[in-house]
Amino acid sequence: MSSSEHTVTHVHRDDVASRMGMWLFLFTELLLFGGMFILYSVYRYNNPDAFHLAAKELNTIIGTFNTAILLTSSLTMALSITAIQRNNKSLSIFFQLITVVLALGFMVNKYFEWGAKFSHGIYPGSDELLSKPAGEILFFGLYYVMTGLHGLHVLIGIGLILLMTYYTVKDVITHDNYMKLESAGLYWHLVDIIWIFLFPLFYLIT
Amino acid sequence: MNNQNHKEVSYLEYQGKHKGLLGWLLSTDHKRIGILYLISLMIFLTVGISFGLLIRLELLSPGKTIIDPQTYNAIFTLHGVIMIFLFVIPGLPAVFGNFFLPILIGAKDVAFPKWNLTSWYLYVIGGLLAITAILLPGGPADTGWTFYIPYSVRTSTNVTLALFAAFILGFSSILTGLNFITTVHRLRAPGMTWFKMPLSIWSFYSTAWIQILATPIIGITLLLVAFERFFKVGLFDPALGGDPILYQHLFWIYSHPAVYIMILPAMGVVSEIIPVFARRTIFGYNFIAMSSVAIALFGSLVWAHHMFTAGMSSTSQLIFSLLTMIVAIPSAIKVFNWVATLYKGSIDLQVPLLYVLAFIFQFTIGGLTGVMQGVLSIDIHVHDTSFIVAHFHYVMFGGTGFGFFAALHYWFPKMFGRMYNKKLAERTFWGVFVGFNVLYFPMFIMGWLGMPRRYYDYLPEYQIYHMISTFGSWILVPSIFLMFGYLIYYALKGAKVTEKNVWGGETLEWQIDTPPIHENFIEIPTVSDKPYEYKSNELVTQFSEAK
Repeated sequence: MSSSEHTVTHVHRDDVASRMGMWLFLFTELLLFGGMFILYSVYRYNNPDAFHLAAKELNTIIGTFNTAILLTSSLTMALSITAIQRNNKSLSIFFQLITVVLALGFMVNKYFEWGAKFSHGIYPGSDELLSKPAGEILFFGLYYVMTGLHGLHVLIGIGLILLMTYYTVKDVITHDNYMKLESAGLYWHLVDIIWIFLFPLFYLIT
Repeated sequence: MNNQNHKEVSYLEYQGKHKGLLGWLLSTDHKRIGILYLISLMIFLTVGISFGLLIRLELLSPGKTIIDPQTYNAIFTLHGVIMIFLFVIPGLPAVFGNFFLPILIGAKDVAFPKWNLTSWYLYVIGGLLAITAILLPGGPADTGWTFYIPYSVRTSTNVTLALFAAFILGFSSILTGLNFITTVHRLRAPGMTWFKMPLSIWSFYSTAWIQILATPIIGITLLLVAFERFFKVGLFDPALGGDPILYQHLFWIYSHPAVYIMILPAMGVVSEIIPVFARRTIFGYNFIAMSSVAIALFGSLVWAHHMFTAGMSSTSQLIFSLLTMIVAIPSAIKVFNWVATLYKGSIDLQVPLLYVLAFIFQFTIGGLTGVMQGVLSIDIHVHDTSFIVAHFHYVMFGGTGFGFFAALHYWFPKMFGRMYNKKLAERTFWGVFVGFNVLYFPMFIMGWLGMPRRYYDYLPEYQIYHMISTFGSWILVPSIFLMFGYLIYYALKGAKVTEKNVWGGETLEWQIDTPPIHENFIEIPTVSDKPYEYKSNELVTQFSEAK
């Protein structure tokens, strides 16, 4: 290309737009889970006793532990953003990695929790589960689908934060251009807040 | 710039980082993405029309005419899935929204160009998955496009793949919506306040909100059905304690607002075209703008009228019946304002306006029959009859489809820098218009007389209506294919147009080069007044010239 004005592509940076786009996306995520919360409410209303019995089979201790882990990871995520704003790159990377470690811890707990259920024969389509009353089938169906989709979000979040760490190392994310990290943080807080609703609905209300 | 007289090349000839085909497939230019969408949409539309034609052929006479019942079930499902998810929902926003939304608000591109391209890829992947589901063993889905439980968890056809296709297409739609909302908020040209935006922007903006708010619900619902099929999770299937009507609610919470995703952009196009060809300032700008928002709002609250006969308390029935009638008000406001704009105008009856007038005529029929179905007693009578099919096609095809054709003929010279043969286009219009009405109007009558929708076979007394209807399809389909043929031909070989303002329009796309340059504007224009200002049927230019 000879003339410069053809090769110069329009570089457009608008943090407000990025933030707006991210919030709108989070909105769609909330609604996605909202559909499942509707299912939960209706089925709980229709089968109060079965839901009561089924919820007793969940391990509240692991659930509480996981809640604490996720809340802490939200804190470390926020700290990593503050660190990069104060131009402390290595501290930001440190907090991002801590967030990833906590997220992995959450998944490990989840693995053991699901594993225990599976070994008791409680999983979708199992004879054990299908012999239970309809309300319990629904409860565990919702339990697996909702915590499963949430777990998928945690995994995506881990990938996303690791990508942000890479960007931070490569100086794509800097103290005056940290919108990407902030968006990843917003996403992570969403994952957190959905858990905040899942936890009482499945573990605490019995 | 040292070379002021150097003419910028058009977006069609622009050479960026990639050349040739890759220059299109990897382009983040909203105009090129619009064209990509146009091409892929036309391909899927052709497939959808062919399936529709097959349905009509089969129904020509009672009993088996050309295909067996299972194939028939698969074909009406595919017709629905393709037309809804691959044509009318993306339809106008994906093609004309992408191409013209940034230009109309005086921006160089949308807010997130890369996500914009991603949305096209998701669209293509979703489309290919839907096509794959047809070809794979197991056979194409035969549930109808609504995927109603429990049949959709029990049938052995490739429903899961079709569900997944719809889920991915939903993502594509969400990305487009998200992009448009942010673009409208952030990238309007200086001086373009909310109430100086062209009316199509109001439509695209309201549509985008529905896309964002409603699509996730269908996404999760279809995903849950897929889970239920795959893992036998108890969610909706009554055998596992689920509630099929709850599925219907979740399905329609999206799918009813979705019909406003389909119709609103077409209404925007109508509001754009009428003042230009009537040479009059649009009547009731604020009302038309606000009615788009009102439709988006009320349209989200009427979904349960699809389940009036499925089991619902009479209180809910009354509320949803009332809300259904309320949503007709903003639609009627639009129709009255359009007609009032035409009144005493200096009408230039060009092809785009012909399609728009057909839109008003057919949309009014489709809309009023929709209000009829909102009436509880009538709904019981016409539920699941071809009356519904006729109503739906009058709104979606007679409305959105004709709006799409109007937009194609209106913006064609700007998009391709070439002109079609107006005489030929006008004759084709009459074929499309007559064919459409001959095809669908008999369905109102036979539906009223009791002909059920989706049935493979029927009693002999309905045959006369089916014959007329099928005869209509023989006028309609060749006319549409003729239109596609000449549009492709003239896009490549038509007489060149270099004039900026082809029709005498006031909005920004007519103030820039034909076809537009790579980033639309060399300098972002400043907007000083409302769009569509005409005095004594003459155009009043209100924009500072975009050089």
